[in-house]
Amino acid sequence: MSGFNKVVESYEEAMSGLEDGMTIIAGGFGLCGNPENLIKEIKKKGTKGLTIVSNNCGTTNHGLGILLHDKQVKKMVASYVGENEEFERQMMSGELEVELTPQGTLAEKMRAAGAGIPAFFTATGYGTPVAEGKETREINGRHYILEESIKGDFAIVKAWKADTYGNLVFRKTARNFNPMAATAGKITVVEVEEIVQPGELDPDHIHTPGIYVDRVIKGNFEKVIEQRTTRPSA
Amino acid sequence: MALSREQLAQRVAQELQDGYYVNLGIGIPTLVANYVPKGIEVMLQSENGLLGMGQFPTDDEVDADLINAGKQTVTMATGASLFDSAESFAMIRGGHVDLTVLGAFEVDCQGNIASYMIPGKLIKGMGGAMDLVAGADNIIVTMTHASKHGESKLLAECTLPLTGKGCIKKVLTDLAFLEIKEGKFHLLERAPGVSVDEIVKLTAGELVVPDNVPEMTFS
Repeated sequence: MSGFNKVVESYEEAMSGLEDGMTIIAGGFGLCGNPENLIKEIKKKGTKGLTIVSNNCGTTNHGLGILLHDKQVKKMVASYVGENEEFERQMMSGELEVELTPQGTLAEKMRAAGAGIPAFFTATGYGTPVAEGKETREINGRHYILEESIKGDFAIVKAWKADTYGNLVFRKTARNFNPMAATAGKITVVEVEEIVQPGELDPDHIHTPGIYVDRVIKGNFEKVIEQRTTRPSA
Repeated sequence: MALSREQLAQRVAQELQDGYYVNLGIGIPTLVANYVPKGIEVMLQSENGLLGMGQFPTDDEVDADLINAGKQTVTMATGASLFDSAESFAMIRGGHVDLTVLGAFEVDCQGNIASYMIPGKLIKGMGGAMDLVAGADNIIVTMTHASKHGESKLLAECTLPLTGKGCIKKVLTDLAFLEIKEGKFHLLERAPGVSVDEIVKLTAGELVVPDNVPEMTFS
């Protein structure tokens, strides 16, 4: 690597340094915008005892779900974990630790970590099981709970386009958690559909500035659709 | 007759107002989009990062990068905007959404709602529901009034883990439209052909019944 060039040539290089017991923050909403090839590389690598922070844990055979097959995940922090039988089985048997976290709180935990904010108060989850063991405070007559931010040893992100400096543009709802995840990794790895030269992306249209990004790799994407729902053509 | 899923959606749609930004939960709430009254404009917020959700795509329009919170493929309406999850929940938690419609397993007369977990049976997670109920002022819960075995889901106190505390003011069931205030359910309307007695019988929480309970009307 030289200067601001973040581009790496292999997935092996993209995920180098990942070790057993690390915490990974992953972008994606279900399989939409999930870093599918980086996940496959983690499976191939066989890293174990991972804590994964992501909105969902993929499906039984796609996305983060494939890391469950060889029991690579010790703990999952997610807002919604349905539609994944193996996940349910490991959770019910106690093999997998699960911390259910409200979706907005999860996004904010990542955002806060990236912004150097250690914790924040939110009304979300007050008076529910989510509040158990957490500090509460009343501010102007409303009750709030204190939620801590989450930093990852790695963040794995899927973007649409990057320039070689790691400036990122996302596409449609594949953006979701990816920009927050990108800010919250000690090492942030991004896979994209297209890499362009610096200057080719309109600076006004960059969603994530390259300062957050450590490694960029170009991949080929399967983009599995979970619920293909259509209307008849006119 | 108890309301059908479609009728539940139609009745909720009558609460829509011109210029509303609306978040519709998965299931029956999603159907509300099919019954937006003529002559008004509403914009649908999908918490995965889309404001201005359009109809389902044709086969040619399907785009894996464009889904709703139920992970279904969708399209964008004219004037739509796209954003990340933190921005999306800033809208929700910051109280910018005008109406939220979501389902529930139980509600109680303190305005508590349980909708995300049945311990030992169903553990899928709350998704955005805890944020939605904490952030919105105007929430309509759609649900069945009682279980198949006739056990009320409108309780004095929720038995399942809560999604939110003291945040629900309006409940539409297949039998009735109710308001929650001052620690009691208040019966506002009944489904066509459903008697007040039947509703009283199937409401476990304290219920205030006015002298006149109109039937819902559908156009």
